[in-house]
Amino acid sequence: MTPLAGCLLVSSTLFAVGLAGALTRRNTILVLVGIELMLNAANLNFVAFWRFGHHTGMSTGVIFGLFSIAVAAAEAAVGLALILAVYRHAKTTDLSLLTGRAQ
Amino acid sequence: MRQMSAAFLILAIVTMIAACAAMTLRGLVHCALALAVAFAGIGTLYLSLGAQFLGLAQLLVYVGAIAVLIVFVILLTRGGESDARPLIPTGLPITGIVVATTILALLAWAVFHSFAIHSLGPPASPATVRELGTVLMADYVLPLEVMGLMLTAALIGAVVVAMKEKQDTQ
Amino acid sequence: MLDQVFVSLKHWLLGYSPAAIQPAVSILLTILPILLVFPVLFALTTVLERKGLGRIQNRYGPNRVGFYGILQPMADALKSLTKEDIVPASADHTVHFLAPLILLAVAFLPFAVLPIGRNMIAANLDAGVLFFFAIGAISELSVFMAGWSSRNKYSLLGAMRAVAQMISYEVPLLLSSIAVIMAAGSLSTVEIVNKQAGFSGIFPHWYVLTPWGFVGFVLFMIAATAETNRSPFDLPEGESEIIAGYYIEYSGFKFALFFLGEYLGMFAISGLGITLFLGGWGAPLPFLTWVPSWIWFFAKLLGLIIGFIWVRGTLPRLRMDQLMNFAWKFMLPMALVVVVSAGAWRFLPQGVTRWLVSTLLLAVAYGLLARGVESRNKIAKRTYRFAE
Repeated sequence: MTPLAGCLLVSSTLFAVGLAGALTRRNTILVLVGIELMLNAANLNFVAFWRFGHHTGMSTGVIFGLFSIAVAAAEAAVGLALILAVYRHAKTTDLSLLTGRAQ
Repeated sequence: MRQMSAAFLILAIVTMIAACAAMTLRGLVHCALALAVAFAGIGTLYLSLGAQFLGLAQLLVYVGAIAVLIVFVILLTRGGESDARPLIPTGLPITGIVVATTILALLAWAVFHSFAIHSLGPPASPATVRELGTVLMADYVLPLEVMGLMLTAALIGAVVVAMKEKQDTQ
Repeated sequence: MLDQVFVSLKHWLLGYSPAAIQPAVSILLTILPILLVFPVLFALTTVLERKGLGRIQNRYGPNRVGFYGILQPMADALKSLTKEDIVPASADHTVHFLAPLILLAVAFLPFAVLPIGRNMIAANLDAGVLFFFAIGAISELSVFMAGWSSRNKYSLLGAMRAVAQMISYEVPLLLSSIAVIMAAGSLSTVEIVNKQAGFSGIFPHWYVLTPWGFVGFVLFMIAATAETNRSPFDLPEGESEIIAGYYIEYSGFKFALFFLGEYLGMFAISGLGITLFLGGWGAPLPFLTWVPSWIWFFAKLLGLIIGFIWVRGTLPRLRMDQLMNFAWKFMLPMALVVVVSAGAWRFLPQGVTRWLVSTLLLAVAYGLLARGVESRNKIAKRTYRFAE
């Protein structure tokens, strides 16, 4: 069990937990929380391979992680704004009540 | 197992527990706070792996901005009151857990049957801030500019989408 | 040399410890002074503030407890330790308990990257300034936790206002620091202090003595006042506005911990302001370099604290919408112009040209923006209607 395998297992677990939450929970905000967890798990993968991989001297993993953080921040902002707009219209954030409604 | 330091193990366990808590707790604000702990745990994992700038940026952006944003939206959409939802979902939502477990099993199998379990690899060079800046400006200047445009578009879009409409609040 | 007395003391004590536990002893010897000095400074600041505010308001401050009231912090500590710790029944106990602890933890952390003297820094991180801001961003969450867990509408309102204010003022804070980072070429606080260490004639190379540095320092200090919820930005915790804001439901020692956390935040951000703009531990005049470096740091810190107390006693509180307008419509564009001006300063040749260009950019921007801020939300003259 090398450190690389340890990191990859941690990131796989985080990804699975995020996926389970995003598919299971009924509140829209918690779906977004699950998506953010999945993004973080993928970032952890990048950093793990940058640290323990075979290509030394290249900081591509860190740069990709940085861009991924920026994209995730923008996506969280827009997603939460959408949730606010939907709430203002439908007065609820419960997905089981929102699915199938003619908006 | 011997090569992984105790610090990494503790951080990994704390992060995983926080992530599970973020997805299973009842109160929404509790979930958001557990998510903030998970983000902080991942940030410290980056720091322990040697990616100093990335770890601090993760703490600044995710914990300091995104977690606070999620908490604000929870409060603005009156999600603070606990909804009477059964903790163990019945019926259709169980497939979500089954899918996630399957994917975890597949990924774990892939990790254990890959080169990762055998080889260690030489440690990467430390990514100092100066080197990151040089690389960003030299090799990745186009993605950097696109990132700036995208962040501006996201900012304007979020403000426009969440703006109160003037007419139908009567 | 008196300048390195603490460093030599640490090395001497380290020599006496067995080699096996030397890393742990070294860490302990580095952290212990921070944990001892800054709370003592906090105690001194409380009494200084109360007496200073008292004098500004034409009264004595506390003067019963010791020689001119100097032992007042002891009385305050005793009082807060012996007060009953009341937690509301409907409060969320776990979060209510954790909020002051997390606030205290993230209040102590930023001191690790402040260079208190020559060779006297706890952690010489490569990205020191970023570490400072990341830890400062985490403190917003603890403020929210404190306000939300009390299950009190006023406390939640105060917490949301406090978080909105902290987020809004973080942007000008970061932007004015970016101007300094750009000029110094490094995120490490030690590097930034070293870049300001020279003298040209009688003037030091501090960034505050450049046009963009001066405006940047003013913006930084205003944003720092808002970040630490000090007056005139203390709407979230004003006594006459919202009782005590997000720490209404805290009593006894937890309240004292919040107080400690707030003042430590003030010290930390003043320390960063000193490091970025005022030359860190550098002496202001070339013939004063024999004074130890840490004395200069604490002297500048004391000066900034006195400035904070002075502003608190003088200016009235800002309303929430005035606060937010000020941050987004004045300070953010001004901070961007400071960055541009710093760039112009860096790339123009030395001489009158760069002074002129920098000052012109800043003056034009200030003129345009100040006019815009003034003409908004003209409150109509107050009309009184008396009962007939």
